[in-house]
Amino acid sequence: MALINKHAILERNVTLLAIFAFLVVTIGGLVQIVPLFYLDNTIEEVEGMRPYTPLELAGRDIYIREGCYVCHSQMVRPMRDEVERYGHYSLAAESMYDHPFQWGSKRTGPDLARVGGRYSDEWHVDHLRNPQSVVPESVMPKYGFLENHLIDGKYIQDVMSTHKLVGVPYSDEMIENGQMDFMAQADPDSDYDGLIERYGEKVNVRNFDGRPGVSEADALIAYLQMLGTLVDFSTFTPDANR
Amino acid sequence: MADNKKNDDLDYETTGHSWDGIQEYNKPLPKWWLWTFYICIVWGIGYTIAYPAWPGIKDSTAGLLGFSTRGDVAAEIAAQEAKLGPINEKLAAAELTEIAADADLQGYALNAGAAVFRTWCAQCHGSGAAGAKGYPNLLDDDWLWGGSIEDIHTTITHGIRNADDDEARFSQMPAFGKDELLDAGQIDAVVNYVMSLSGDPVDAAKVADGQVVYADNCAACHAEDGTGDIFQGAPNLTDAIWLYGGDYDTLHETVTNARFGVMPNWNSRLSEAEIRAVASYVHSLGGGE
Repeated sequence: MALINKHAILERNVTLLAIFAFLVVTIGGLVQIVPLFYLDNTIEEVEGMRPYTPLELAGRDIYIREGCYVCHSQMVRPMRDEVERYGHYSLAAESMYDHPFQWGSKRTGPDLARVGGRYSDEWHVDHLRNPQSVVPESVMPKYGFLENHLIDGKYIQDVMSTHKLVGVPYSDEMIENGQMDFMAQADPDSDYDGLIERYGEKVNVRNFDGRPGVSEADALIAYLQMLGTLVDFSTFTPDANR
Repeated sequence: MADNKKNDDLDYETTGHSWDGIQEYNKPLPKWWLWTFYICIVWGIGYTIAYPAWPGIKDSTAGLLGFSTRGDVAAEIAAQEAKLGPINEKLAAAELTEIAADADLQGYALNAGAAVFRTWCAQCHGSGAAGAKGYPNLLDDDWLWGGSIEDIHTTITHGIRNADDDEARFSQMPAFGKDELLDAGQIDAVVNYVMSLSGDPVDAAKVADGQVVYADNCAACHAEDGTGDIFQGAPNLTDAIWLYGGDYDTLHETVTNARFGVMPNWNSRLSEAEIRAVASYVHSLGGGE
């Protein structure tokens, strides 16, 4: 018990106390956090995940800017009722290119983790313009102004570089062609072969808002129509030990 | 306080600490609290043994109970499927037109279908199925692609004008104004003629011109008498039931830019039994043929 009686030394020296308190908190934190980086069962690799296309990335930024995450979650929890309502429960890997993740913590509106392909583009336009026109009981505000804000992806390559910096595997080619891919995805008459080659067959190339030019609504709808569609769950076998 | 004096009573045990001559009484925590605390620690250790917890080199301990969230949800879904499996199989195998004849099956299909409808369909067609502008009302007997249970089943399974299902119902009205197939005068005339079909007040002078334009450009799909064609999803123009609106401005917009309503294919999201259930539900709403 000799050591335990030494506490007076710490208690009488505030700098030493601060250093030791910091050490204890550090150890506690490391023990909780570090295993998550190396344990096999916390890192699940799934097929189909790809970095967001430049247009989807811009749409994601609009999603964050407008605070969609305040009312909508993007996390189907592993419970039967949620799986029946929204589809397969979310996997950690599905948020791997999200910086920051959009899991959310409150559902005033429904979960959006698997909203991609569930509604038509026209529905999204109608619904953003006036949510009550399609869902009378909705309390969502109107976002019609998004269609009127035309965007040109001027800074999208910088945004992609930033995402690359935090670990999203954008290739140099993807970043170089960022602005071109950005414009191409919302214009089915353009030459979008490069976009498909870089991001895969499943990329939606459409005029999402049905109006000329690339608007914020185009970007947001491109993002929403992709959500939850990247992983093909018909070929996915869940490992129970996760 | 009256018995402040007690503070000076050195009969109390002290901790032995002395700070600038000030001593500290030893007043232990209440026993019940202390024991609750100890029990929590023991319970916590037990918990980490029973459930997945401690990290190792490659994996974490799995826990004696073998619990996993994924296993849990899979078991829950399996239990539900076991319960509903027989009737779902029966529904998926039944002849569509004979579902209504089996009271048990019909009862199940309508209830399950209503639940499916509210989850997946209500966002466009409304929670009461009355639709909205651009999204068909399913309560009436005016059908774009047919109102028999087989037609409804096909529509739900493959959807309409979507890119995800090769068997999706597909038709496309030409954008007569945008693609310059008709000039402004012709559009004006044909809109007036179409309005006259359902008895809306129109400019009578233009109706005759409009009829000629209609016969040349519209009759192939919407039929000569304007009653439409469910095989092409061409709406009946004579019944005063409008998907986008029957006023002059809306019809003008429709003829100029055309419409292209899309419905997703549900075969990738719903099981065959669920599709049949919701088809039965929609068929039962009033307009089923």
